[in-house]
Amino acid sequence: MSAIGELSSMTRRKGPMTKEEKKANGRDNKAAYVFLLPWLLGLAVITVGPMFMSLYLSFTDYNLLQPPEWVGLDNFVRMFGDARLHNSLRVTFTYVLVGVPLQLAVALVIALVLDKGLRGLPFYRSIFYLPSLLGGSVAVAILWKQIFGTTGLVNQVLAMIGIQGPGWISDPNTALGSIILLHVWTFGSPMIIFLAGLRQIPVMYYEAAKVDGATTLQQFWRITLPMLSPIIFFNLVLQIIGSFQSFTQAFIVSGGNGGPSDSTMFFTLYLYQKGFGQFDMGYASAMAWFLLVIIGVFTAINFIASKYWVFYDD
Amino acid sequence: MTKLQTLPAAGGDSAAKSGKSPRRRESRGNLAFSRSARIKGLIKHAILIIVGGVMIYPLLWMVISSLRPNDLIFREPGLWLNNLEMSNYTDGWSALTHPFGHYMINSAIVVLGSIVGNLVSCSMAAYAFARLQFTGKKLFFGIMLLTIMLPFHVIIVPQYILFSQIGWVNTFWPLIVPKLLATDAFFVFLMVQFIRGIPKDLDEAARIDGAGHPRIFLRVILPLMVPALATTTIFTFIWTWNDFFGALIYLTDPDMFTVPVALRAFVDSQSATSWGSLFAMSIVSLLPVFLVFLFGQRFLIKGIATTGIK
Repeated sequence: MSAIGELSSMTRRKGPMTKEEKKANGRDNKAAYVFLLPWLLGLAVITVGPMFMSLYLSFTDYNLLQPPEWVGLDNFVRMFGDARLHNSLRVTFTYVLVGVPLQLAVALVIALVLDKGLRGLPFYRSIFYLPSLLGGSVAVAILWKQIFGTTGLVNQVLAMIGIQGPGWISDPNTALGSIILLHVWTFGSPMIIFLAGLRQIPVMYYEAAKVDGATTLQQFWRITLPMLSPIIFFNLVLQIIGSFQSFTQAFIVSGGNGGPSDSTMFFTLYLYQKGFGQFDMGYASAMAWFLLVIIGVFTAINFIASKYWVFYDD
Repeated sequence: MTKLQTLPAAGGDSAAKSGKSPRRRESRGNLAFSRSARIKGLIKHAILIIVGGVMIYPLLWMVISSLRPNDLIFREPGLWLNNLEMSNYTDGWSALTHPFGHYMINSAIVVLGSIVGNLVSCSMAAYAFARLQFTGKKLFFGIMLLTIMLPFHVIIVPQYILFSQIGWVNTFWPLIVPKLLATDAFFVFLMVQFIRGIPKDLDEAARIDGAGHPRIFLRVILPLMVPALATTTIFTFIWTWNDFFGALIYLTDPDMFTVPVALRAFVDSQSATSWGSLFAMSIVSLLPVFLVFLFGQRFLIKGIATTGIK
């Protein structure tokens, strides 16, 4: 079961503890906390501690040199009137709302083509999977910068058929599209999750459908898609959470400034500039919490919407 | 449409023939099943080869371009190579303050520390979650699952303040210590899943023989969870090797640069003429990941398929 499945089953399964659970409780406390010690320390010092610290900082003005000064809701009010921040939200939403569905659609289509008894499956799977391992690296972002440059590979190929392409990453209209394409290029890992999900669908469903004279398309809509919906949901949640935090590609392709004309200024890039470029730590913290809220809202919407389209077999 | 119709039947047929459980579909179908199935197979192969080719082409082209004179990068989209030009590699290797090997050693140190950290701390936490009963278990387990999804940006500012106050900026500690404290909760979860699959009878047997938890963990569980440890090692390697954001924030001194920040310094400083050496060093930086991919694929694919990692 996936992390998300486990979480939702935890919220579903409530009720009094069984006798056995009660009896067992407390038995291994000492040993358990010894084993958990590094994790608990990490939780306090690295994860949850800093999380609440940043909540506090978001209500302060802090530049690392002077002690934080309480300013109430100032940072949030500033965010309200910050046009560059609004633009960075627009860029990020476009990236997530276009890139994620596109990537998952490609992953699903390729998984469906790969699924049914195809010779050379391990070979194809490797080829499709490789980019998702390399896609987060600076090296691939550098490659992308060249490919979609004015004299890059894409325009060289276009020139062969007589088309003069634009400078994809130097044109504000196409720069974000190039980075979205890089995201789509890494469809290999959701594809592998889809492949694993497709294996779980009992073949007898298809046999029964076939006996009843269902077409392939009907089988896809009535069997494959509902049976795969928990996996699609899982991929969707993970990819949305991940894509909101995307940073490296836009940073390298734009040379760190989110250009041209802020067209690739992701929210995370702007946060980095505020926090670690201008050391406006209070504002950066407020932005970080805003990002957390956005991601939380998207995830909540996802979970609520899932009640209407995700089908659980169990 | 008619072409596609035989497919599920073909799959079912081969599953029935091989006598396997009908719950699992066979991955190797019988392509000679019928003429239309064969044509369909060909179409599928054509689609896959085209899509795969388009995906891999830029990478191949980067490799070939790095072995060409610089000016060809801007006017040669093909893959043929007249003669090997190694100067890009020699130029790129020494283009920055330190030879590129220096940054690779830095990266290797961080990667090694992170791997050890994740293996030790995550397996310990996982043992507690999977095998021990303790107060607050459900709550902690829930928190652990939630931290998998926690955006790094929410904690980076205070974390940076903390590490800079204890003087750890421009050291590798900020990149390694969090791993020693099991903050990559994803791996804790992966290992919990794995340990749950190990029969409890083995623990019981050891317990009857008088073994305590440390002993059961070290002698019974750890040796049996080697596949999960391998998956963790491989993913930690790739993610840490590629990690840019953390290194960008904590490592500003060129002496301490890991490979991604060194490459970034390279791309920022380069003139239009040095794309060849930039490509060359990019390939050098991808090589370890590629090798891990080649030899660790089995674990990677299994790890993703069972737990759904990014």
